[in-house]
This record gives sequence, C-alpha cells and structure tokens, in this order.
Amino acid sequence: MKRFQLERLANPQLLALVAVLLINWLLFPNFFRITWQDGRLFGSVIDVLNRGAPVAILAIGMTAVIATKGVDLSVGAIMAVCGAVAATMVVAGYPTPVAVIAALSVGLVCGLWNGFLVAVLDIQPIVATLVLMVAGRGIAQLITEGSIVTFNEPSLIFIGTGSFLGFPMAAVIALVLMIAVTLLVRRTAIGLFIQAIGVNRAAASLAGIHSRMLLVLVYALSGFCAAIAGIIVAADIRGADANNSGLWLELDAILAVVIGGTSLLGGKFSIPLAVVGALIIQAMNTGILVSGFRPEFNLIVKAGMIILILMLQSPLIGNALGFFKRDTRQAGSK
Amino acid sequence: MADGEYVLEARGVLKIFGNHVALDTVDFGLRSGEVHALLGENGAGKSTLIKILTGAYQPDGGGIYVDGAEVSLDNPLHAQTFGIGTVYQEVNLLPNRSVAENLFLGHQPRRFGFVDFRRMEADARVLLANYDLHIDPSSELGTHSVAVQQIVAIARAVQLSGKVLILDEPTASLDRNEVERLFEVVRGLKAKGLAIIFITHFLDQVFAIADRVTVLRNGKLIDTRQLDALSRTDVVRLMLGKDIAFSGATDVEPSETPDEVLLEFKSYGRRRSVLPFDLTIHKGEVIGVAGLLGSGRTEVARIMFGADPADQGEVMVNGKPTSLRRTTDAIRHGFGFCPEDRKAEGILGDLSVRENIVIALQGKLGWFRALNRDEQLEIAGRFGEAMDIRAASLDMPVKLLSGGNQQKVILSRWLATDPAFLILDEPTRGIDVGAHAEIVRTINRLREDGMAMLVISSELDEVVAYSSRIVVMRDREMVAELRGKNINPGVIVQAIANHTDEAVA
Repeated sequence: MKRFQLERLANPQLLALVAVLLINWLLFPNFFRITWQDGRLFGSVIDVLNRGAPVAILAIGMTAVIATKGVDLSVGAIMAVCGAVAATMVVAGYPTPVAVIAALSVGLVCGLWNGFLVAVLDIQPIVATLVLMVAGRGIAQLITEGSIVTFNEPSLIFIGTGSFLGFPMAAVIALVLMIAVTLLVRRTAIGLFIQAIGVNRAAASLAGIHSRMLLVLVYALSGFCAAIAGIIVAADIRGADANNSGLWLELDAILAVVIGGTSLLGGKFSIPLAVVGALIIQAMNTGILVSGFRPEFNLIVKAGMIILILMLQSPLIGNALGFFKRDTRQAGSK
Repeated sequence: MADGEYVLEARGVLKIFGNHVALDTVDFGLRSGEVHALLGENGAGKSTLIKILTGAYQPDGGGIYVDGAEVSLDNPLHAQTFGIGTVYQEVNLLPNRSVAENLFLGHQPRRFGFVDFRRMEADARVLLANYDLHIDPSSELGTHSVAVQQIVAIARAVQLSGKVLILDEPTASLDRNEVERLFEVVRGLKAKGLAIIFITHFLDQVFAIADRVTVLRNGKLIDTRQLDALSRTDVVRLMLGKDIAFSGATDVEPSETPDEVLLEFKSYGRRRSVLPFDLTIHKGEVIGVAGLLGSGRTEVARIMFGADPADQGEVMVNGKPTSLRRTTDAIRHGFGFCPEDRKAEGILGDLSVRENIVIALQGKLGWFRALNRDEQLEIAGRFGEAMDIRAASLDMPVKLLSGGNQQKVILSRWLATDPAFLILDEPTRGIDVGAHAEIVRTINRLREDGMAMLVISSELDEVVAYSSRIVVMRDREMVAELRGKNINPGVIVQAIANHTDEAVA
C-alpha cells in the first residue's frame, strides 16, 4: 500500500509542476525564496498559491461537471455576478457574513439553473452554460449599475488578502474546499455515479442511478465554487468589476481539469490533480512575469508549455512510456 | 489438393500476441463459388484469421496464397488489389452521405476534375439493380434500414475487390426477413463465382447458406467439412468439443401448484408504444416473449421496468398496487433489466468490471452507504466466479471483455441486487456458444431458486427450452399466451404469423 502511494505521487501532473517550477528557478534564481514578514509568508511560490487559488477553486467544480461529460462555460460570468452581489451588499451596509452568504446563494442558484437546462431540458451542456456565460456579465453590470463598486469592509477584504498560519487565505480556502469535495465524492458513492453518468448516461439510468438529480447537483457545485472564486477576486481588488472579474477564467479552469487527466469525454476524474493543473497554469503565468520576458511572449510560451504537457498525456506517447499510462489510469480510480 | 484449387488460402498460419498463441499453424482454403462458414467461440481466432487474410495483421509464420501464388498483404487496401473485400458487422460507411457517394467514395467518376454526380448516380443505379435494390442513389444512406446499408456495403466491397468477399457477422442486427434478403444477395454473388467467407453466431444461418464450414477452437484448426454431411449437433460438438446441455429443447414442466403471484399487470400500456396488456407473473416462473423485431417486445420490457413509464393500466407487486414511474421505482421492488443493446445501454465501457458489477447494488444503497473497495471486490469476485466471467482482472475496463463476458457482467450486476424479477432482453444475442450455454444454465438455475423472469429472445428453440409460459407479440400487441407441453417453435411461429388470436391453445 505504501509503495502504491509513492507511485501515485510520480504522476505526470506533479512532474510537470516540478518541471515548471524548476524552469522558473533557472530563469529567476530567487523564485524559491520565501520570507516571513508581518506574520505571513512572502515569495514567488506563495504568490503562485495565492494567484492560482481562484482557478483551482473553479477547477474543483469543473472537474465534476466534465466527469459527467459536460462542461460549464458560465463560471467566469458567475464569478462576476457573485462578486458584484457581495460588493454591492457590503456597500449598502449589510454585514460581511450576510453578503457572503447571499453571494454564495446566488452562485448556487446560477448552478441550479445550468443543471436544470442540462439535466431536465436535455440541452447540450456547452450551449446551456453559454446562456449564463453571456447573460451573467449583463446581470453583473445591472447589479453594479455599470460602475466598479469599491468597498473598504476589512472583514470582506480579509477573504481575498488575509492570511491563515502565514498562508494566503485564498489558498487555504482552495485547499479546504479541495479536501472537502474530494472526500465527499470518494467516501460516498457519488464519485462512482458521476463517472457512470459520464461514461454512459443511458446505462447509468437503467442501472438505477438518479442521473438527473446528480447532474443538477454537479452543476450547482460548479456554480457554488464559482461564487467562492468570485468573492475572493472581488475581495482581493476591493471592488467588483462586472466586465473583467473572472474573464476567460472558465477556459483556464477547463484547461486545469484537462491537464489534471480528466477526459472531456467524461468518466474517470481526479479533483486534486485538477488543482495541480491550476497550479501549473499559475506557475507558468508567474514564471513568465518574474523572469522578465516581454509580455507579448506570455501567451505563446504558455501555449507551448500546455502543448508539451498534453503531449505527455496523449495515449500515443503514454504507450511508448508505459509508465505514464498506468498512472493516468490509476489517477481517478483511487 | 492441387495448388490451383483455392482462390484464397492460408497455409500453416501462425500468429502470436505477446506469449499468447492466437492462431496455431492454421490451414484454410477458400474455393470460388462457395460460401464458407467460419465458426468458433469468441476468442477461437476467427477475427485474427480474418485480419490476416485481409492484411490487417501480418502472420508470424506460414503464408497467404492467392490463386496458388504466395502474396504478402500489407494492409486491407493492398488486399483489395488482390480482390479481397470485407463487410463488417457494424456497417462502416458514412450514414450522412448519399448511397451513391458511399458506393464510389474514393473512386468517384470525375469530369474536369470535379465529381460527376450525374454519372455517379447513374452508375449506382445500375450497380444496385444487380442486387435487386431499387432505391434512390441520391438519398442519404442513414435513412435506409440496416439491411439495405449492409447490401450497399456488400455492393461496394464487391465492386472494389470482386473475387473474395468476407462477411463478418453481417446479420447480427437484422430481423428474419432482412436476413433472407441478404442471403438472396449472397446466393446471387455465389452463383457469379465469388468466394465468400461467412462469419456468424447463428447456426440456423450457417445451415441455410453455407457449403462448407471451418471450425476453430482456441486458435487451432479443428476441421474443415462439407456441411451437408453434418448435423447441428455435429457442428456444435466441433465448436465446443463437447455436447451442450440445451441442444435438445426440453419443455419446462408447469408445476402442479403454481407459486404465489408476484406481479400483476392489468391493461398496462403506453400510447404509441404498446397496446394495453394483462399479464400475471408467479414466483419461479420464466415468461418467454416471442415476436418479430419491432413487434413491441423491448417496449414491454421498458414499460415494466419504468424506463418508459406506462400511461394506462395498473400494476400490483405482491398484491399491492404500486406505480413504476421510473427505473428506481422498479429497482426498489426488486426488478432488474438487462437491455438488448449491451453497448449503448448496458455496460459502462470505461469503468472496471468491478464497478460495472456493483453499480446497481450501489444505486440501490444510495449515495451515502458506499461500498468500499474490498466489499466491491468481494461482490464482483463472487459473481464473477458464479457466472464464470473470464476477465484478466476485475479492475480492467469492461469494454475490453468479449460480448459474452460483458453480458455476464450485466447479469451479475442485477444478481448482486438479489432481484425478485429479472427482465432479460435478448440475453444471448451476438455472444459465443459457451457464454450462451452459461446464460441459459443461469436462467434455469434462477428459476429453480424461485426467481421470476421475463426473457425476450428471437431464438425460438431457446425460448421453448426455458420458458414456463410464452407470450407472443405482434404489431405492438400481446396477441397470445402459450402454456403447457404444447409449446414448441412451430406453434409460436404460427402465433406470430396468425391474425386470429384464438388459433393457439
């Protein structure tokens, strides 16, 4: 059993993360320097954890959605909506907990709406969630009345910029959420049912799985995760920007899930590896930033790295290096 | 045997995968103008032999001879140039293109560098007329029945190769009339001197069409024989190396005191699907359902299981009125359902054998009473052994198993839920003879244990062998119920064909 655990650590995602970090270190020798200041940790690596948290949180919900053979394009827009809700409410004088609970509820409702379209009306997930992807930003603008709502409520700002035991709050929230959701799907039968629906929904339904209810809940989870990410981003910049909050992050989240080894065709999935995927993406972003490349190169370098990582996971190369194949197979199955 | 006797010949062909010998020095000879059946259980080496004859695999020993001259076939396209063409079980044409395009894809007649559609369609019409197929060549292929698509596939293969035609289970998804239609086409080609290799699981069809038969078992050649000297039992014995239990149709004795009633359906039906029917099912009873494809057999099963809920009539389980609005209602009452289309509705292909077996039980237990890995392995192992599922590991994806083993997995899935009533839709379709026998044995064993079952099957001999009663479906209506010792295939065929309901006892 011990040996098995060690083998699981040597999966392509973690190796890729280590490789990206090492490259960053070569380009920027101070990359691994961590200092303790004002009761918290500072450094590029800590920055990766902090900045990577929103996408990691999105990826947690997105993994479950993709495992059912779906996709949720609306998470970026839901972030904007929920950030706007939280910001306008604290500005209007509501206490932070009320504002946060309201924002989380709105995210949950957005997710339920997506789930309703996908599971009950049987609309293709990519189209169903496109609705809210487009409409969500409009709703967010209506809430903020077209302006960037800024606030100075310390308890709300703490969620985005505070620290816990020296670690950034956003990273701590992402970690707790990852562990909670992973335990939820793995310690219950939910994970098996999600995979069954993703592999063959007709067969899963005939085998007696409440596929409709489970699908609705999976999209609700994704909306909920997006709400958390939205609150964090708003708290971080002390304001709700309806146009730019969470912009294109749905694509980063999908990419993180795919890097994490979950196929867009549904089935086997791994939430922790999707979070590692999010960290890989952020490590690349941070690396490009600190190493002083001209910003024009950023997207190209990122694309190149992604192609490399995905190539390592392709069945063709996996067969050549039997090692990787075995690991991706085991990654989701526990 | 003179060298020139065969159009296509394999001599001492050897194929090894890893350390598994898939074909062990097999000889096979095909004459022109014959239909040569290739038989064997799944895993006997039929597909490996075919793949070698079509150039998809290279033999590790021995040689392939076309008209007596040794050839090396690099790939199926290369084999085509020697006149060897193949039609597979699942038609692999393009359903969204026209019939004519499918016939000439890659070889379209051209004019000024553009495809000459007018000529292509005219050519297609002429070509199809040879097969007595008068359809519009510009119509989409997908709009035609599978039988017509098969004939188009054959026409394409013959057009491109023209000497040897390999038919790999072409009849698997055809109904009786369509099979007959296909056989006429095959007979026509045979009369024209084509050499035809025919692979199937249906012995009836072998006897209906083939001249000679070659039997493989465990990668070894058992024998090649002239078919008219053989009986069905001889062929089965060659395939299995032993007699199988169900070959003689034995009626099930109706028990003197019928067991207690489990289910009662009263005017149960669904609009545009099945006309209302009445059916009472006792414990320890197997109800056979006979009828042609499309007669409403599968629809009855789906209504009973709640997959398509009924919109009229009532149902009582153990004497209590209830409703079966969805599959989970039915499962709660101890129902199980093995669907006809294993691949589309049965297996969870990418999940492991273990997960496929426990999924229904886990579904019954709910989200929060998860079976842990050890419990899953114990359950999967127990049923895997009882059903003789041949899998290298319980953790391998179920899609890698043979059809027969997949069917056993789905059966195990329901047996794990300890069902009171099991619905089996074509449980033996398209699976090898060994798995077939195993499933028939299981049905008999479960009946003796007191389980009620509804079994839909096209194989009348088989239905007769294990059913306590048989209901006959015709045109979405339950038209007859046969019971007692006078159940036999003849009476069923009569009931299916008859238009007056009283004709049968």
